[in-house]
Amino acid sequence: MTVVDPSESSPGTRAAARKERVAGWRVGVLASPAAPVYGALIGIIVLAWIVVTIDGGEFLTTGNIVNMLQRSVALGIVSLGQTVVILLGSLDLSVAALISLSSLVTAQQMDGQPGNVIPAILIVLAMGAGVGLANGLIITKLRVNAFIATLGMALILGGIIENGWSGPQGGVTDAFSQDLGYTRFGVIPMSFILFAVVAVVIWFILRSTRFGYRVYAVGGSEDVSKLSGLRTHRTIIGAHIVCSLTAVITGIFLASRLKAGTPTVGLDGGYDLESIAAVVLGGTALTGGRGGVIGTIGGVFILAVLDNVFNQLEFNSFVRDVVRGIVIIAAVAIYARRQEKKA
Amino acid sequence: MSEQTLLQMEGIRKSFVGVEVLHGVDLDLRAGEIHAIVGENGAGKSTLMKTLAGVHAPDEGTIRIDGQEVSFHHPAAAQAAGVGIVYQEFNLLPDRNVAENIFIGREPVRAGIVDRRKMERETAALLEEVGEASFGPRTPVRWLSVAQQQVVEIVKARSLNARILVLDEPTAALAEGEVELLFTLVRRLQELGVGVLYISHRLREVFALSDRITVIKDGGVVKTLNTAETNQRELVNLMVGRELDGYFPERGAKDDLGDVRLKVSGLSTALLRDVSFEVRAGEIVGLAGLQGSGRTEIARAVFGADPIADGTVEIDGKAKRFKHPRQAVKAGLGFITEDRKAEGLALAQSISDNMLLAVRTVMPSRKRRSTPGLMTVKELAEVTELRARGPEQEVRFLSGGNQQKVVLSKWLETQPGILIFDEPTRGIDVGAKAGIHDLIRKLAKDGVAVLMISSELPELIGMSDRILVMHEGVLAGELPGGASEPQIMELATGSAEVAA
Repeated sequence: MTVVDPSESSPGTRAAARKERVAGWRVGVLASPAAPVYGALIGIIVLAWIVVTIDGGEFLTTGNIVNMLQRSVALGIVSLGQTVVILLGSLDLSVAALISLSSLVTAQQMDGQPGNVIPAILIVLAMGAGVGLANGLIITKLRVNAFIATLGMALILGGIIENGWSGPQGGVTDAFSQDLGYTRFGVIPMSFILFAVVAVVIWFILRSTRFGYRVYAVGGSEDVSKLSGLRTHRTIIGAHIVCSLTAVITGIFLASRLKAGTPTVGLDGGYDLESIAAVVLGGTALTGGRGGVIGTIGGVFILAVLDNVFNQLEFNSFVRDVVRGIVIIAAVAIYARRQEKKA
Repeated sequence: MSEQTLLQMEGIRKSFVGVEVLHGVDLDLRAGEIHAIVGENGAGKSTLMKTLAGVHAPDEGTIRIDGQEVSFHHPAAAQAAGVGIVYQEFNLLPDRNVAENIFIGREPVRAGIVDRRKMERETAALLEEVGEASFGPRTPVRWLSVAQQQVVEIVKARSLNARILVLDEPTAALAEGEVELLFTLVRRLQELGVGVLYISHRLREVFALSDRITVIKDGGVVKTLNTAETNQRELVNLMVGRELDGYFPERGAKDDLGDVRLKVSGLSTALLRDVSFEVRAGEIVGLAGLQGSGRTEIARAVFGADPIADGTVEIDGKAKRFKHPRQAVKAGLGFITEDRKAEGLALAQSISDNMLLAVRTVMPSRKRRSTPGLMTVKELAEVTELRARGPEQEVRFLSGGNQQKVVLSKWLETQPGILIFDEPTRGIDVGAKAGIHDLIRKLAKDGVAVLMISSELPELIGMSDRILVMHEGVLAGELPGGASEPQIMELATGSAEVAA
C-alpha cells in the first residue's frame, strides 16, 4: 500500500477549519438560530403598529402592551413545555385537556378558602407530574408513538372532565385571582413575571444541565443516544413531566384569570396545536434536536401580536386563521431553506 | 504484545424470533492486541459485537473481562466496564459539537450545572493525544468529513477509558490516504495497552494491522489464526468455505467495444475543473481518487443532480444538459449511488416495489405494457441471483449484497445504456462481491457503458478496462486496466504531477 503523507490535509478538513474560523467571529446574537424569529417579530410589530395606527386604533400604548403581554402568558408557558418535548423528538397533544382539567381542579381544591391556595397548587402540580409520567411511560414502555399516546391521553382527560363537570367550577379565592391574574408592576403584569420565571428556568435547564444536554441528544437521535450509553427512557419521561407541569401552571393561571375553572378553557384556546405552532414558528425542528426556548418566546409574541391586530381590526375568524396558517407555513419553509444552505 | 487476557467470550448463543444467529461463539482478546474478525456479511460478527456492547443480551454463554464474569443489560454498563464500540454507521449527532458528542450521556457537572469548559478542555486534550488538529472541541459534527467523524468516535471511546475497543468496518467509508491515518491511530491505542477487535472485509488491512484473526461463518467460529502464519487465500477459503479461483471476471476483448455512449468534455462545476472523458458501449471505466477528489461529483453532474457550470455531456452523440435526474433516467442513464440505504432504496418497501420504482416513474403503465424486453420481478431476481424469501419481502431485511442486487434490478428495468456505479460493493461480503462484479461485467458485455467509482483499488484494477484518476477536482490521468496500486495512488495524491 502506498503511504500517504499524513500532513496532507484533505479539502474537507480545510473547509471545516475555515468554517470554524468564520463561526468564531459570528458569535453572539446573530449566530443564534433564534435571530430570524426576532427579526420577523420586529417586522411584524412595526407593520402592526402602522396598520393599527392608520386604522385609528392604538398599538404601542400601555394598555395595549399590557394586553398583549397578558395574552401571551397562557400560550407562552405551555409552549415552553412543548418546546422541551419537541426538542426531544416527541410532542404533546394532551396539554389542552390538561389545562382545562387543572383549571377545574385548582378551583375545586381552593374551594374559596385562602388557606387552601397552596395545597391546591401543590395538588395540581402533582397531577401534572402524574399525567406527564403517564405520557412518558406510555411512549417509552408501551412503545406507543407520542402522537397517539398524547392524543389518547387528551381523550382520557376529556372524558374525566366530561364526567366530573358540566360547567364552570367556582372556588378560586378573590385574593389569588387578583394577585396572579390582575396585579401588575408598571406595564408588566404579575402573570408575565410568572411566564418569565418559567422561561428562565427551562432555558437554564436546557442550556446547562445534564438533562438539557440529553434532551438535545435524544432529539438528535434516540439510537445514537442509546448506543452512547444514555438512558433515553428517563430523559423522555422527564421531558414529558416538564411539559405537563407547564400545562398545569397554565391551567392555574387561567383559573386565576377567569376566577373559575372551566371545562373548555384549554380546547377553546387551542393550546395543543397553538403551542406546537409557536414552537415551530420559533425555529425548533419538529424532528427534534435543534432549537430552543428563546425562539419559542419569539414565536409566542408573533402569535400574540397577530392576535391583537386581528382583534383591533375586527377581522373575522376565517381571515385570522388563514393569515396565521400562512405565517406558520412561510416560517417553516424559510427554515427549511436555511437548513439546506447550511448542510 | 502482552499475554494478559483482557476479554474472554465463551459459548455465546443468541436467537432472534426463534432463529439462532450465534451458535456458541468463543473469542478472546489480549491487552495490546489487535484481533481481526472476518467473515461474510450476515455471518454474525455484528451481533456478536452487540452482545459485548450490551445492546443484545446473549441467551447463553459467558463474557469475562479481566477474569470477572460480566453481564450487560444496557450499553451504559458495557461502557462502564471499559468496552467501547465504533459502529459502522457513525453514532454522532450532527447538530451538536465535538465535545458534546464525546461527552454525551456523561457530561461533567459542577453543582448541577454542566461544566462546558471542562468538557472542551478534556476534548482538546484527547484530540491532541491522537494528534488531531484539523478541528476543535466546538466544531459542529455536521462540518466534519467522514474520516474526521471517525476520529471523534474513536476519541469518544478512548475518553471512556475503553480498554476493549471494537471497530466495525472502520475503513468502509474512508479513502486510501485516510486509512493510513486510522492505522496510525489504532497502533497508538495498541501501545497504550488497549485490546482492539477489528472487524473488516478488507483482508489486506487485516494482514497489515492484526496480530490474530478469527474467521466467523454462519454464526460460529471457523478458526482463530495467528496472522503471521496464514495468508489471504487461506482466509478467503475459510470465510466462504470454497476455493475462489480468480476474484474478478475476465475483461472485455477489444472488439467488444462499441460506439461512444457517454462523452464528457470540459466539464466544470463548483468542485470540478475541465474534466473530459468518454465511455464506450461494452466498456467498464474505473474512476479512482481520494475521498473529496470529485469522483462522485462527476457522476452527480452527469446525472443532473448537481448544476454544471461549463462543458458538455453527450449521450449517444447528442449533447444533453439534464436539469433533473428524471431527465437523465429517461435518456437511459442509471446511477447506483454510494449510500444504498439513504439514496438507493425505500427500505421499508417490498423488493418488487423497489425494483419497479424507477421504471414506474419514467414510463407510464400503458407504455410499459407495450415495451418489449421489460423483465418481471421474478426474472430480475433470477438475473441478479437475488436471494430473498419472496417479492413481497421488505428490503431492509436483506443483506447488503442482496440489497445492492435490488438497486441494480431497479436500474436494469429502465433498460439503461449507461450505468454509473458509486462504490458498488461497499459493505458487501466477499462472496456476494464476486456476484456483483460478474453482473457488472455481464451488463457491459450486453452493450452497457459502465462508469465505476470505487475506493477499493483491487476492485478498480480487477474490473476496469481503463482507469481515470481524479485529484482535487481535476482529471489527473488515465491508466490502462490492470495498472498497479502505486501508479493509481501517485496520480490520486498528486505526487505524479511533477513528473508528468
